Amino acid sequence: MDASLTNYLLIGAVMFVSGVVCMATKRNGIAVLMGVELVLNGANVNFVAFSRHTSLGLDGQIVSLFVIVLAAAEAAVALAIALNFYNNYQTIDVDRGDKLQG
Amino acid sequence: MSDQALFWIFAILAGGGAIGVVILQDIVRMAFSLIISLGSTAGLFFLLDADFVAATQLLVYVGGTLVLLIFGVMLTASGPFRRIQMSSGETFVGAAVGLLFFSVIAFTVIDVEWETLDRSHRPVAEATNDETGNTSRAIGLRLVGIPADTEVGIHKDRGEKTGYLLPFEIVSIHLLVVLVGAAYLARAKRQETSEAAGGDA
Repeated sequence: MDASLTNYLLIGAVMFVSGVVCMATKRNGIAVLMGVELVLNGANVNFVAFSRHTSLGLDGQIVSLFVIVLAAAEAAVALAIALNFYNNYQTIDVDRGDKLQG
Repeated sequence: MSDQALFWIFAILAGGGAIGVVILQDIVRMAFSLIISLGSTAGLFFLLDADFVAATQLLVYVGGTLVLLIFGVMLTASGPFRRIQMSSGETFVGAAVGLLFFSVIAFTVIDVEWETLDRSHRPVAEATNDETGNTSRAIGLRLVGIPADTEVGIHKDRGEKTGYLLPFEIVSIHLLVVLVGAAYLARAKRQETSEAAGGDA
């Protein structure tokens, strides 16, 4: 098999699914953040692969740049929230954050 | 042929790193696995003629976001929280759902005939206008709405009117707000404790 569009899409799918499973199953808050990063990165692989292999052109690369920047912003805010959670509850286990459960 | 070999090396590293993030239990090892995955993704971007995106990926993602995440790991990975175990039932359900989800996406990707899409020309190579594969100039022109295959100042009427200036500005303001918000969130607790300590004294 050559390095065609399908192979890149499959790599993107592996990263996306890994990220979703990581977000759903991990109980460590930082690990959930890592899952989000993986999902965004899998989407980025798809954008750049389509930009190279179809008539999408440079637009795919520009969108992937925006995704990278927004992922950085999201990581900063989410990490600040996670640190606040750790300060208030003395744990990073997301299952313990059930104060709003009623 | 070397492109093929590089592709498979980067692909295996990127996919294996991503799977490692899911499988590994120790949070520090997960962070290292994530670094491998995102770094190899930058290599894949280089193979896709997207050198500017790949450099940005290395600088912003691997150099910035992951360092931030590792700081979070260091600040919170104390004692029992370094590894939080899941029950074996949860692990089994997670693996089953993940495999099913991946097979759905994989069969869809394989079934669709991507060859019918327009591949008669190489758009990126055409847009960059040279053989060096340098896309930064083309991306910069595209951001201000000038199609990159025309010289600046010529063929202005032919150019598309919609660039990416407005999204660029929105992202800039968004980054500023996020910086202020993150600084506020990280500072709030410390101020509270110092006030409480002052009140106690």
